[in-house]
Amino acid sequence: MALVEIKSLHKSFGSNHVLRGIDFTVEQGEVVCVIGPSGSGKSTLLRCVNLLETPQEGQVIVRGEDITDPDCHLDAARQQIGMVFQQFNLFPHLSALANCTVAQRTVLKRSAEEADKVARANLERVGLSEKIDAYPAQLSGGQQQRVAIARALSMDPALMLFDEPTSALDPELVGDVLTVMRKLALDGMTMLVVTHEMAFAREVADRVVFMDGGVIVEQGPPADVIGDPKEERTRTFLRRVLDPTHVEPTS
Amino acid sequence: MSTSTQDVERKGLSPRQRAQRSRWIQYAVLVVLVLVAAFSADWGQIVSVFFKPEFIKSTFQDGVLQALVKTLEYTAGAFVIGLAGGTLLALMKLSQVGPYRWIATAYIEFFRGLPAIVVFIAFSLLPLAFPGMTIPWDPYGVVWLALGIVASAYMAEVIRAGIQAVPKGQVEAARSLGMPAGLAMRKIVLPQAFRIVLPPLTNDLILLVKDSSLVFMIGVAADGYELTGFGRDLANTYSNLTPIVVCGFCYLLITLPLGILARRLEARTARTR
Repeated sequence: MALVEIKSLHKSFGSNHVLRGIDFTVEQGEVVCVIGPSGSGKSTLLRCVNLLETPQEGQVIVRGEDITDPDCHLDAARQQIGMVFQQFNLFPHLSALANCTVAQRTVLKRSAEEADKVARANLERVGLSEKIDAYPAQLSGGQQQRVAIARALSMDPALMLFDEPTSALDPELVGDVLTVMRKLALDGMTMLVVTHEMAFAREVADRVVFMDGGVIVEQGPPADVIGDPKEERTRTFLRRVLDPTHVEPTS
Repeated sequence: MSTSTQDVERKGLSPRQRAQRSRWIQYAVLVVLVLVAAFSADWGQIVSVFFKPEFIKSTFQDGVLQALVKTLEYTAGAFVIGLAGGTLLALMKLSQVGPYRWIATAYIEFFRGLPAIVVFIAFSLLPLAFPGMTIPWDPYGVVWLALGIVASAYMAEVIRAGIQAVPKGQVEAARSLGMPAGLAMRKIVLPQAFRIVLPPLTNDLILLVKDSSLVFMIGVAADGYELTGFGRDLANTYSNLTPIVVCGFCYLLITLPLGILARRLEARTARTR
């Protein structure tokens, strides 16, 4: 059974029809990268997977449970889905450690000692053992994003969503975050990543999904979608991303 | 024709010299006014009416410090009620349930629109209107209630603004961790909201210190007098303003440090943003 199954998903903001019928699945242990031009609906798709956006039509089925059903236990479903945001969204009034323990304590009802142990282990996993007592304002963007990853991991999620996790970072800090994500992928975490980092997608993804205009245009192994795209729209996009200063030959 | 050439033609002064001359004139006017005031005033009379030493002494002996403590007690209790009530009203105003929003809006608009003294007069008449009705912890209960009702209306708007100033991403992060809405509000949003509203809440506290002077309208017993009631009583007894002046300084003793605190907190908030 697929970990996530999305069926004919539609989402509009007012008259703006952002998702126009998305069907797609994520298997257990799979790393899926979603690429596409801005405004193509990829972030909205990601935010529909844990219902931060409510779709107008279609279903999102996580581990066999339809979370678009109004009677589903959404909070319970969300515990299994970690999310990492473009703007980190760390809790500024809590230390790095407390950011990682607050939901464990209040949602999972773990004991203080256990939450503390899990949080420390995950902060070590993202390479921030020495920053556990720091507050978000005292951390660099890259460090904040790694704390955000540790915070999500502390809930022992079955799936991790990454919404352009490196887009708000200074270029020299992108590498640290991508390294952590690569390690996570190697450890077998199921990941759905919206990204502009083509090198990362090519190297780490099991499957790349190219979206444009609210539909999935093309998907498959990175070697196919990024290396040898079938669709003209994919080719145009990749040309722009991979070689932004390229001048189209005039015929 | 430009102004600068006009000036040169007219006076032969540069703009800097003109500004300097204007400043000298302002200083001169000030010095003259101060001298006139100093020489024309009857200092002996002023001191004997406002700062008479033996009345300053007897104001302290008669218990101005107890009155100061009463003012602080009345204010503190009202602040606690105002904070709790204000938070509740702010949450009601942001509620999904329409009637809660309407009730909160009506309450806030009503008590913000009324002069506080009207509320106090109404409270003073309550025992007449409902014979036998008592509010516990006399006189604290009735004072805290009357002040707290007014304060909660003011604080509700401040707290609501604070809650709405917390970025939407904070709620999304909390909800994505599986926190229910109420828990996210309690653990994530409210702590940040109170940080944001600390400076304006301190200003509300200053207003509350001053509003506590209206307590005498309720008609508390003499041992319940706060600074204003105490000062007024004593000033009437002595037929002299000195006790009121002493009480006035006692208010400044509370409000000036609070004002400094509010400005520091504002500066800190500005820095961390």
